[in-house]
Amino acid sequence: MAESQAVHAVHAHQFEDLDQQHDVGTLGMWAFLATEIMFFGGLFAGYTVYRYLYLPSFEAGSRLLDIRLGAINTAVLLGSSLTMALAVRAAQTNKRKALATFLVLTMILGGVFLGIKFVEYAHKWEHHLVPGLHWAPDAEEVAQIQGLKPGAAAPQVELFLCFYFFMTGMHALHMIIGFGIMTVMLVLSLRGRFSSEYYSPIEVTGLYWHFVDIIWIFLFPLLYLVGGRY
Amino acid sequence: MSGHVVSVKNYVLIFLALLALTALTTGVAFIDLGPYNTMVALAIAGCKMMLVVLFFMHILYSRNLTKIVAAAGLLWLMILLTLTMSDFATRNWTPEPSGWNAGGKSSGAPAPAGAATAPSTPATESH
Repeated sequence: MAESQAVHAVHAHQFEDLDQQHDVGTLGMWAFLATEIMFFGGLFAGYTVYRYLYLPSFEAGSRLLDIRLGAINTAVLLGSSLTMALAVRAAQTNKRKALATFLVLTMILGGVFLGIKFVEYAHKWEHHLVPGLHWAPDAEEVAQIQGLKPGAAAPQVELFLCFYFFMTGMHALHMIIGFGIMTVMLVLSLRGRFSSEYYSPIEVTGLYWHFVDIIWIFLFPLLYLVGGRY
Repeated sequence: MSGHVVSVKNYVLIFLALLALTALTTGVAFIDLGPYNTMVALAIAGCKMMLVVLFFMHILYSRNLTKIVAAAGLLWLMILLTLTMSDFATRNWTPEPSGWNAGGKSSGAPAPAGAATAPSTPATESH
């Protein structure tokens, strides 16, 4: 029964047809993403200002992060973007089983990303490097931080780590919201609600997930790479 | 239902290109290029963003209106960053008028009028 409902998808009454409904949904999502760009833009602007003012400390702070885990996480998240794109493709081509499989794969890869992120956060906690909650590097650790780059100062490195936790934390929060959306999409797809005629919610979920991926594409160089490792 | 269907092969190729760019940007971080390190890292990130936006997010196959909205988001971000940095990056360009520092201080932030006498005045009003 659910199958026949999906095949003859009906557009909402305010639209001419399903095509127009799809275009409007996509356009609305892009408008939302533009507001998200500005939301993260504030963090990026704040980061840029303080990086400009405290360059040596920001480079020292960057060297405190694990470049290997950052690179692996980038690859994992790009992989989840690939599976998400393939999920949208499965919906476009009416492959419902593949759609559900790719949604689950996307969530698994997203989970791996958050797991690695948790390991990194735990490592910072162990070294007393969590500003506000657990910032207590001993004299030796402070000397080590300042030795990472000439001109680095511990309070400014603390500011860098504030940006690190807020930016990656906001990014992780967006991913957790993405899990919620994808869980709903998975349930709906298992009920046979999507087909090549009607897959706008999957397309829009994909746009959201790729946007979160793009945020990380910029966070990775800005947080992990700017300090250099030479 | 319309909507351009990108082939699996192309999606995988885009993904491999993204992985290669990630490896490249990570590798460059181990080479000292001076101030160019950040520029190279941001340029590579920009390329990765374009690949994701054009292919994974289907902007290449979208209507022009959608393209404009997507570009507008980026434009406003650039305005935010450019105007913010045009302030911070140029603050030291103009020399301080010497008359403001008649008290003898040759450098540092210009102190508001009366600030020099503030420490000697008991701050009774501020309770």
